[in-house]
Amino acid sequence: MCLDDPTLRLLNLNFYPQPPPLMALEKITTIRGRAVHVPGNDVDTDRIIPARYMKCVTFDGLGEYLFYDARKNPDGTDKPHQLNDPRFQGATILLAGANFGCGSSREHAPQAIQKHGFKALVAENFAEIFFGNCITLGIPCVSAARADIRKIAEAVESHPAVEITIDVAQGEIHFAGQTVRATLRNSARDALVNGRWDPIGELLEGVEDARKTAGRLPYLASR
Amino acid sequence: MPKSLFEKVWSAHAVRPLADGQTQLLIGTHLIHEVTSPQAFGMLRDLGLPVLMPYRTFATVDHIVPTDQFAEPYRDPLAQAMMDELRRNCTEFKITFFDRATGQQGIVHIVGPEQGITQPGTTIACGDSHTSTHGAFGAIALGIGTTQIRDVLATQTLAIGRLKLRRINVTGRLRPGVYAKDVILHIIRTLGVNGGTGYAYEYGGEVFDRFSMEERMTVCNMSIEGGARVGYVNPDDTTFAYLRGRPYAPRGADWDAALARWRAVASDPGCAYDDVVSFRAEDLPPTVTWGINPGQGIGIDETIPDPARAKDANERASIEEALAHMKFEPGAPIKGTKVDVAFLGSCTNARLTDFKEVAKHLKGRRVAPGVKAIAVPGSQGVGRLCAELGLDRIFRDAGFEWREAGCSMCLGMNPDKLVGDQLCASSSNRNFKGRQGSPTGRTVLMSPLMVAAAAVTGRVSDAREVFGVGSSS
Repeated sequence: MCLDDPTLRLLNLNFYPQPPPLMALEKITTIRGRAVHVPGNDVDTDRIIPARYMKCVTFDGLGEYLFYDARKNPDGTDKPHQLNDPRFQGATILLAGANFGCGSSREHAPQAIQKHGFKALVAENFAEIFFGNCITLGIPCVSAARADIRKIAEAVESHPAVEITIDVAQGEIHFAGQTVRATLRNSARDALVNGRWDPIGELLEGVEDARKTAGRLPYLASR
Repeated sequence: MPKSLFEKVWSAHAVRPLADGQTQLLIGTHLIHEVTSPQAFGMLRDLGLPVLMPYRTFATVDHIVPTDQFAEPYRDPLAQAMMDELRRNCTEFKITFFDRATGQQGIVHIVGPEQGITQPGTTIACGDSHTSTHGAFGAIALGIGTTQIRDVLATQTLAIGRLKLRRINVTGRLRPGVYAKDVILHIIRTLGVNGGTGYAYEYGGEVFDRFSMEERMTVCNMSIEGGARVGYVNPDDTTFAYLRGRPYAPRGADWDAALARWRAVASDPGCAYDDVVSFRAEDLPPTVTWGINPGQGIGIDETIPDPARAKDANERASIEEALAHMKFEPGAPIKGTKVDVAFLGSCTNARLTDFKEVAKHLKGRRVAPGVKAIAVPGSQGVGRLCAELGLDRIFRDAGFEWREAGCSMCLGMNPDKLVGDQLCASSSNRNFKGRQGSPTGRTVLMSPLMVAAAAVTGRVSDAREVFGVGSSS
């Protein structure tokens, strides 16, 4: 029976809040791969994916619009951009500046990043909503000092094939024989390494408690 | 022990702690729109989950609606598909939808308050970063992503870490011609675009005490532009007067009970804050942006920053990038910059009071030749009230196009877009590269009256001079 079958949904409604069987999530402890540096501070989510490419009802195919206006001329030809550089094709780690992902809450931004092939982000710091959206998709967003990001970027620039390892659990980045600190909020780190980054299973377990909390609030209890 | 509103509302809605240290937080009110919700409904279907409390989710359509076309199908088939999808989802999951045919449609952050759905002491979530707007009523209002919309639909809760609290005081009185928009642009300019990361902002002080609800919404709306996911103002008689009699506001005995609760939810005197910042209202000038983020603002009489004077290499790079996009010269005055488009609208400034204030000064004036000027009410309700007062007529007579409600030119998701490198004097909230629909388009953020001043002069101007605001005449 297909999950989309309305009868099945009705059944679930009857058994609610019994959570449906959810797939176990991957424990994200280490990300290993090549990196590409997209410099600049305050890179907003409009720049990560321009709003005109959000006219869609699924997230399919968003990867091709990542950083679209920075990567493409109006006629669709390539501009010089790190993501167009053949040396960095296949990179799975994105190095960025400060306040990465500010602005709009659009999940289309981390979706585009993920669908483009990135598995982790390293920046000085991240905007709040963007950070939460990434963690929920299982994309570690680790913070590193500006000087350390520069060191990694220089290593990548001189040897694009250099392998970068982000040790999420230990909070370290290893590259070219060097190690720098990578910080991640405890709750996000634990969620990633324990395979709880998508919270839906845990939230469903709390539905009865949520109903009780709602019952104590007059604006919600009145129905 | 005195408590802040944030603490009271948070504790009342905290369902339970989660394994990794976050809180399962009950979301009392959920607002959705067509851009960020369709994938969430798709996820629900994939998981075979129902909507737990469909009566606590309210939908409207705003981003993609053409403001010059009411009849469907829309010229853009992608926009029509999004419209159809939202209708289908609301019907299937039994969610109230303020569709255009209801006469109650509008930008989600204008509709919620207007309907009286936005109330003090509540938690509100919406897949839109400007959800902070609803904090103006003394609510914890959070912008969320699409996967979190799924979470709220399925469980009426979110997994979220607790925010720190910063009190922002604005004391004294604003000078004539200085508005709520200038207050928030000044705050962001001072504290930075990421100064609020990890914080909720509590705005207060005499300026906020005197502000109307609309002005409080303008400030709270742009909290996220300063990095703060949540911004709020403690509820008071202004709040209650605004809510009384609105469709979803409590009535009769329920109203009296609600009023008692709402009064009690305000921050107690002497409650603790993680940080306090104060501004003197008299110091605030009409403020406009010169760059590509909302923190790059200056007073109307100031000059465009010079990268040579940047405090470090980082700031220098940011200034250079902004100047390259804006095609501005360092050290030049911002006043007098040629304007191609004037946009009065968006969830920041498209409420009745915004149009009233502008109409007062615009009456009898004309938009400068060569300037495209559009005025877009934030909701059908605002549009009707403007029409009743004859304000739409004043705008049309002045040469503005008067449009149907929607997000319009705030972002490039509908036919209202900049063309090429047009420069837009805009009452919206974001001046990001490409934000207004053209990759090379340029945005200068400002208050609604400053937009009107730019429209009639064809230049970035000081509205106080253009309209004689504050002069004894």
